[in-house]
Amino acid sequence: MTELLAYAAARYNYWVYILLMLIGFYAMVAHGNLLKKVIGMNIFQTAIILFFLSTSAKRGGTLPIVGPEALAGGVAPAQLMNPLPHALMLTAIVVMVATLGVALAVLVKIYRRYRSFEEDVILDRL
Amino acid sequence: MSGLLNALFLALLVILAVAAVRVRDLVGAVLALSAYGLVLALTWAGMGAVDVAFTEAVVGAGASTVFFLATLLRTVRTEQVRLPRARAASLAAVFLLGGLLFLATHEFPSWGDPASPPSVHVSPRYLRLGYAETGAPNIVTAVLADYRGYDTLVETVVIFTAALACWVLLGRPKA
Amino acid sequence: MIREHDSVIVRTVVRALVPFIQLFALYVVFHGHYSPGGGFQGGVILAASYILIALALGRAELDRLVQEGAVLVLGALGVLIFALTGALGPVLGAPLLDYEVLSLPGVHGPEARALGILIIEIGVAIGVAGALTLIFCRLAKAGEGGGAP
Repeated sequence: MTELLAYAAARYNYWVYILLMLIGFYAMVAHGNLLKKVIGMNIFQTAIILFFLSTSAKRGGTLPIVGPEALAGGVAPAQLMNPLPHALMLTAIVVMVATLGVALAVLVKIYRRYRSFEEDVILDRL
Repeated sequence: MSGLLNALFLALLVILAVAAVRVRDLVGAVLALSAYGLVLALTWAGMGAVDVAFTEAVVGAGASTVFFLATLLRTVRTEQVRLPRARAASLAAVFLLGGLLFLATHEFPSWGDPASPPSVHVSPRYLRLGYAETGAPNIVTAVLADYRGYDTLVETVVIFTAALACWVLLGRPKA
Repeated sequence: MIREHDSVIVRTVVRALVPFIQLFALYVVFHGHYSPGGGFQGGVILAASYILIALALGRAELDRLVQEGAVLVLGALGVLIFALTGALGPVLGAPLLDYEVLSLPGVHGPEARALGILIIEIGVAIGVAGALTLIFCRLAKAGEGGGAP
């Protein structure tokens, strides 16, 4: 029992990320409203970024900002968070919002033409 | 303590994500998504990813919410109730994907393990020599702009391309 | 069209706050070497300050302050600053994006790299701020031409 709890404690973060991703996935697949699909896509993307960032976490670690002691080689990498996922996901977030802008622009175009965000209605009027 | 806080934030994230998906009023859903972005930023700050949390607080809770609301300004506000046509199939797909991913977590290193593969490959070198080589004590900036500058350059081009696409798509409606 | 906010309190506070937000954005860009921050964060904050102007003071005020064409050019300029700084390397016989070629009298090695990082962070900030402001301008204007139902 305690073994099972320790196993869950080491992994529950991943399970929550998967849950968030599935919520977004469900919204993208099952909802007919195009704006809801975009919201689902947003949740999906952030869940993936959450997972990617979680690989940078180190138990008992601190921020990856070093002091002057680094010039003398006095840095213990195990005590600082991994900076690589931070740098990669930082750009990914800004790209996410830029592509969100494009998605919304396409939605506005669709609305101008078909006067609806509902998939069924748009398919009928196509 | 920080583990408890992390668990609390994760629970809040799930609640807000479900709210954003379930609420029929689209403005309400967008605001739930905005709150989701803010809690996400707090989660990342708790994980030590302050640079990312900083960006997410401005982008997730601010800019993307405004983009959504600007879209809703002149369009419909509510989601129509519709027959759950493909609901069984979608749920089946969701559970299949979830089950597979859940099984995959068995192979993952335990969360926050300092000896996990991503943390022992190239990043210790960045942390050890980053300041001496680039003159930037914030190693995230050093990696972003110097070690991985190629990646950042192309991401900047992607952002500009997205702005250009918006400009072209929503041009002045002459035709 | 986003109209001016009704409350005089909101308008006054926003007018007072915007210069400080923009100053903070510049601080975030230039202090990115030493603390959390950098081009992406600073650029997003700068764009947010213009979005705030449009939300509180109305679209007309934003149009008075910035022109969409100029914003597009600024976005391109940011990317260009980044790309040209990176291209200096190959021109002077070093790898792409190698900032050590920026060596000036008294500035070399890590200092030249820090200078290179600063230049490209400024480029990223201009590019991101321009792109996000442009996307907001276009989305907010979209409803007008199409006509409301």
